[in-house]
Amino acid sequence: MNFDPRFSGRKFTSVGTRPIRPDGVDKVTGRARYGADFNMAGQLVGRILRSPHAHARIIKIDTSKAEKLAGVKAVITAADLPDLTNGDAAMYDVLDNCMARTKALYDGHAVAAVAAIDARTARQALKLIEVEYELLPHVTDVDEAAKHKAPLINDAIFTEGLEEKPVKPSNVTKRSQFGHGDVHQGFGQADFIVERSFKTEQTHQGYIEPHACVANFSSDGTADLWVCTQGHFVYRQHCAQLLGMEASKLRVTSSEIGGGFGGKTHVWAEPVALALSRKAGRPVKLVMTRDEVFRASGPTSATSIDVKIGARKDGTITAAEATLRYSCGPYAGSWAEIGAMTAFACYKLDNVKTVGYEVLVNRPKTAAYRAPSAPMAAFAVESAVDELAKMIGMDPVDFRIKNAAQEGTRSSYGPVYGPIGIGPTLEAVKSHPHMKAPLGENQGRGMACGFWFNFGGQTCTDLNIGMDGSVSLAVGTVDVGGSRASLSLVAAEELGIAYEHVKAVVADTSSLGYNDMTDGSRGTFSSSMATISAARNAIKILRERAAQMWDIAVDDVVWEMGHAVAKGEKHGNLGKLSLKEIAVESGKTGGPIAGHSELVADGAGVSFATHICDIEVDPETGATRVIRYTVVQDAGKAVHPTYVEGQYQGGAAQGIGWALNEEYIYGKDGRLQNPGFLDYRIPVCSDLPMIDTQILEIPNPNHPYGVRGVGETSIVPPLAAIANAVSNAAGVRMTHIPMSPPRILAAIEAEREWSK
Amino acid sequence: MVEVTLWGSLGALAGGNSKVEIEAKDIRELFRKLAEQYPGLEPWIDKGIAVAIDGTIYRDTWSKELPQGAEIFLLPRLAGG
Repeated sequence: MNFDPRFSGRKFTSVGTRPIRPDGVDKVTGRARYGADFNMAGQLVGRILRSPHAHARIIKIDTSKAEKLAGVKAVITAADLPDLTNGDAAMYDVLDNCMARTKALYDGHAVAAVAAIDARTARQALKLIEVEYELLPHVTDVDEAAKHKAPLINDAIFTEGLEEKPVKPSNVTKRSQFGHGDVHQGFGQADFIVERSFKTEQTHQGYIEPHACVANFSSDGTADLWVCTQGHFVYRQHCAQLLGMEASKLRVTSSEIGGGFGGKTHVWAEPVALALSRKAGRPVKLVMTRDEVFRASGPTSATSIDVKIGARKDGTITAAEATLRYSCGPYAGSWAEIGAMTAFACYKLDNVKTVGYEVLVNRPKTAAYRAPSAPMAAFAVESAVDELAKMIGMDPVDFRIKNAAQEGTRSSYGPVYGPIGIGPTLEAVKSHPHMKAPLGENQGRGMACGFWFNFGGQTCTDLNIGMDGSVSLAVGTVDVGGSRASLSLVAAEELGIAYEHVKAVVADTSSLGYNDMTDGSRGTFSSSMATISAARNAIKILRERAAQMWDIAVDDVVWEMGHAVAKGEKHGNLGKLSLKEIAVESGKTGGPIAGHSELVADGAGVSFATHICDIEVDPETGATRVIRYTVVQDAGKAVHPTYVEGQYQGGAAQGIGWALNEEYIYGKDGRLQNPGFLDYRIPVCSDLPMIDTQILEIPNPNHPYGVRGVGETSIVPPLAAIANAVSNAAGVRMTHIPMSPPRILAAIEAEREWSK
Repeated sequence: MVEVTLWGSLGALAGGNSKVEIEAKDIRELFRKLAEQYPGLEPWIDKGIAVAIDGTIYRDTWSKELPQGAEIFLLPRLAGG
């Protein structure tokens, strides 16, 4: 690290303003180029043949008829993507998911692919591929899959994390545990205990843009990949490893991205496109249909969670415990582990224990979805917290304030917190007008808290100053939520120039050092740190050039508000030199002026949010309407507040869909019944109220500007906030997400029946 | 000498110890000595472990110093969306 990352408390000029988004015009006019918008001369159409079975051994694949079809230029199977993973189990799973090797593990699993001169020929070719399957028993439900008698998905997997190595294989791949204190003793001190079980169904990130790429493999062994991704450097690593290439021989260019939310953090079809291009000797374009996106990209886990929380009469929580079972698809993952870490992170607890179980099922490979695993855990915990507050007779906000974690609290996942924002978000909610607004008939209000870690990671940035004084900023983190604007603001802030003079681009993998992907809410956090560092390196050169222009010692030159200023009595007659004036002379003073930075951005501050939601429930049909929604979240420092508000609103909107409607529905045959937006219902504008936001700024001590990530935390509280609102409106505790009308109606009717 | 706390699953691989004392000045030395003393931890270290120092989470940056008296907590490397 070549600069001090600690929070400096500086006053800002550019940071915190709301300039017009630099990518806005192209996006609203259709000029912006997304994954499917790239084309090359002579490109072929790639299509993938997918298993119609949930679990089946592949006995034989005969591609001969497809290969003979006129217009077909390449047909591939797993034989064309040999295992080059060298014992890397996680990458082997990625490879097997891209193209099934011995077994099809879910409905939609790729088994072969073709490249043809047009889509019609490609589709015909797929029909000519003959696959002989031996059907195997399947399991798609997380609780069923965890049972001893469940059909075994991978007989080489033995549960990790047990004290003794098990003698039999299992669909439970790992047990993880977190906590401190003695929960048994803690529950003994409780006057009230709530104990409940909750379920959440599997959901998809629902990004509007499907996975899309164009691969062009040259006969000299190099290749280009144009792709929609959250991390083009990561895609390069994955594809190079799976194709047996040196990373430098594969140039990956990221397109604009029409949503990722974690689903575009590892490869799905890209190695297939490259393998097809390598075999055909021509560029291959491969775009997933919506059906394929649902069936064969990575949704989030389905979960089953047991929660037990105890508290004294005065409202102090004495113990909290949760057991979390998360589905992983057919490959090992660590999704329940994250749920176990985040479940009770909002609270100050002397006695806490969480246990996570990762469970294999015959569903698509689980992928990250915005604060992965945290929303489901928060749903269970915050529902129980609400119920416990009611049982004690305390206001739910006051109950949470009394038990909220604060600086110095040992977190439920282990370390002691530094300065954090859960308390302030709760106080802001307590005094928010929304909490006092009257409710109508059949309406209920709910609120809930949420936590997410936020990450940093490897980051590399180039800042180049043109001879006209304008600035080009090349970053390696894909812009998923406005980072080009926020990073331009940061560059302008450091250099002391106007935002309009900075143009940020996402550089390709051959133009910049390695960058981790844009995940973990790290884009603006990490790349702003690298941008600050790069700008300061450029300023060092600007000072040297100014010293040369003035013919004075560089130590006498300081940088103030975009100008070189000569300090000292003997330089009193020298005026200021602007960045532009120095840049114009750069050809004579040593050549181009640039600043470079490569670093590992550490110290991403954890983030908290509290949401409020009003829901109206129709007791006759179970239909719901979101009346009002408010997000309060700590941003550390909002670099571009409009984008921050957008992240808050986006998380809430996705959470509303997840809570009320979205779910993967499987038939008894193990096939997905609703792989399309007509049957898998994400919220549209008419489903949503205006989502109000309130940004809190509790500076992250480990970032020069105090920045924390903001992209993910906003999806953590909605499931719980909405469940609490629906439960209050309907008069019955909802324990199963999504709370679709039939499920709400069934709960209301069961409650009526029970009350008789 | 720093005291290192291991998360539940990792402690089981270190002979059931949730806390271990290690003479280490930085993350590199910490990982090397942990692997020497508790070979069961080595595959986990290779896969990637995060180190929380006084509540701030760092990745496996070798040069990161471990201040005397600091709270050192090992955590799983996480995925984000």
